[in-house]
Amino acid sequence: MATRDVTAGPPAELVEAHAPVALFDRVTLAFDEKVILRDVTFDVRFGHTKIFLGASGAGKSTILKLMLGLLKPDSGTIWVLGQRVDTMTEAQLMRVREHMGMVFQEGALFDSLTVGENVGFKLYEDSDLSLSEVRERVEEVLGFVSLAEHIDKLPSALSGGQRRRVAIARAMITRPKVLLYDEPTTGLDPMTCLSVDTEIVKLRDLQQVTSVLVTHQLRDAFYIASHEARRNGREVELVEASEQKVEEADFVMIREGRVAFEGSAWELRHSKDAYLQTFLS
Amino acid sequence: MSGNWAVEFVKKALLEVQEYVRLCFAAGRAAVSRPFYFRDVMEQIDIIGLGSLTVVLLTGFFTGAVLALQSGMTLDQFGARPFVGRLISASMIKELGPVLTALMLSGRVGSGIAAELGSMVVTEQISALRALGTDPVRKLVVPRVLAGFIMCPILTVVANAVGLLGGWIIALTQLRVASGVYWSSVVEGLYIQDVWMGIIKPFFLGFVIVTIGCHVGLRTSGGTQGVGRATTNAVVASSVVVLIVDFFLTRFLISILF
Ligand SMILES: Nc1ncnc2c1ncn2[C@@H]1O[C@H](COP(=O)(O)OP(=O)(O)O)[C@@H](O)[C@H]1O
Ligand SMILES: [Mg+2]
Repeated sequence: MATRDVTAGPPAELVEAHAPVALFDRVTLAFDEKVILRDVTFDVRFGHTKIFLGASGAGKSTILKLMLGLLKPDSGTIWVLGQRVDTMTEAQLMRVREHMGMVFQEGALFDSLTVGENVGFKLYEDSDLSLSEVRERVEEVLGFVSLAEHIDKLPSALSGGQRRRVAIARAMITRPKVLLYDEPTTGLDPMTCLSVDTEIVKLRDLQQVTSVLVTHQLRDAFYIASHEARRNGREVELVEASEQKVEEADFVMIREGRVAFEGSAWELRHSKDAYLQTFLS
Repeated sequence: MSGNWAVEFVKKALLEVQEYVRLCFAAGRAAVSRPFYFRDVMEQIDIIGLGSLTVVLLTGFFTGAVLALQSGMTLDQFGARPFVGRLISASMIKELGPVLTALMLSGRVGSGIAAELGSMVVTEQISALRALGTDPVRKLVVPRVLAGFIMCPILTVVANAVGLLGGWIIALTQLRVASGVYWSSVVEGLYIQDVWMGIIKPFFLGFVIVTIGCHVGLRTSGGTQGVGRATTNAVVASSVVVLIVDFFLTRFLISILF
């Protein structure tokens, strides 16, 4: 249909070295009378991991939706990949979203499509690849999340953890520069949590994906911040992260629509703030 | 106090109408530009058209049959029993065929679309679609609207045909009217204007049913309960609007055709 190859990298001007990948400047949003976000300011650096913590209803998912342009702020500005997304039309936003992927809170898989059609959705919709090439790429990506044998099943035939991994596969298939994860491990058992966390670390370190993660499970947040993926021959292994890598994970605590804390894992652990302490314990 | 309530209600209703009109325009624009999801259109034609065939056949048949029974009795008072075909063809093709088919489609298709799109909203599949770079209006609304627009007239013709058939069976078995008399009376009762009216109306009714279903579905909020509410609202709204549109359309068509 269209003539763009969505698996190719973004245009050069979008990836100027060290420019922030995303920037929120005093963003405020209210639904009806209720203020959801108030003066939220932060940036996301290239290759870093931004981890949003907070109670449920704090406004974490709303931040991710703003970043994708699914919602518009009432005031403030939002820049993503060098473009101002808060004033864009839906058609313009589509060009920015090409370089982003989102894993929704409950997966949000299309339940009328098979796993393979879900994962390959973007390629089936809009690329020059032939059907067999798309299928090949889908199998490759499903292999990455160890679900290759489920390619022809419907999402309803999968477990919660498998669905979450399919959602990750769908978000990463076009090799986006930024991946947004909305509570990817909530409601999963510890072993499945670990495998999802591992995927996130692998994508970040092996494919240089800037990661924005929303969670209220601290264990997963600290695991992702403190591990690093390395290629060892054909194998990929997760090791204790270097000091620099640990520094590249920034924690942000959202409380009632405001940024209540911003800093590294170490600063979070050693904070004296009473609310943070209760959240951490 | 009650004044406030009325103002709020009117505001809400106007907002709803504004959003509905906006959706119709967006669908219109998307229908004539690329990308065009041909496969989805065919799939919806299958679901909306063939899926509704049984209910339309049954409705049409029994409506024609009961019309024959009732009008047979009335016509007897004037000794005009042989004209039963005339009455059936006139009322079926001008009015009952289009309206009853549209009401059946409101119940079956309008509710189905609202439920499907509504559950896609509450499970964030619509957001996911947008995040993946696909316009939900193009991908979901346009194929359904086109399918409704194309299939409603076809189903109406089918309903008319089986209605005449049902009337014929009753005329033959209960009223003892000969086949030849019945069918020639059917043809005599039909004017070309009636046929036009019967064909033009269902295009509009099909469009209204599907766009209302899509609009209500896409504006669903409030989880699974919200989906249930949306489904009911879609059926009620599209049934009522079908009857209203039918009235004004009929008035308009009478003024230009006759
Ligand atoms: N579409 C909406 N309309 C009205 N209120 C909403 C909407 N989406 C979210 N909210 C409200 O915004 C607040 C924050 O939601 P969310 O960002 O989903 O929180 P969380 O931090 O749990 O992800 C919640 O109180 C929620 O009820
Ligand atoms: Mg959330």
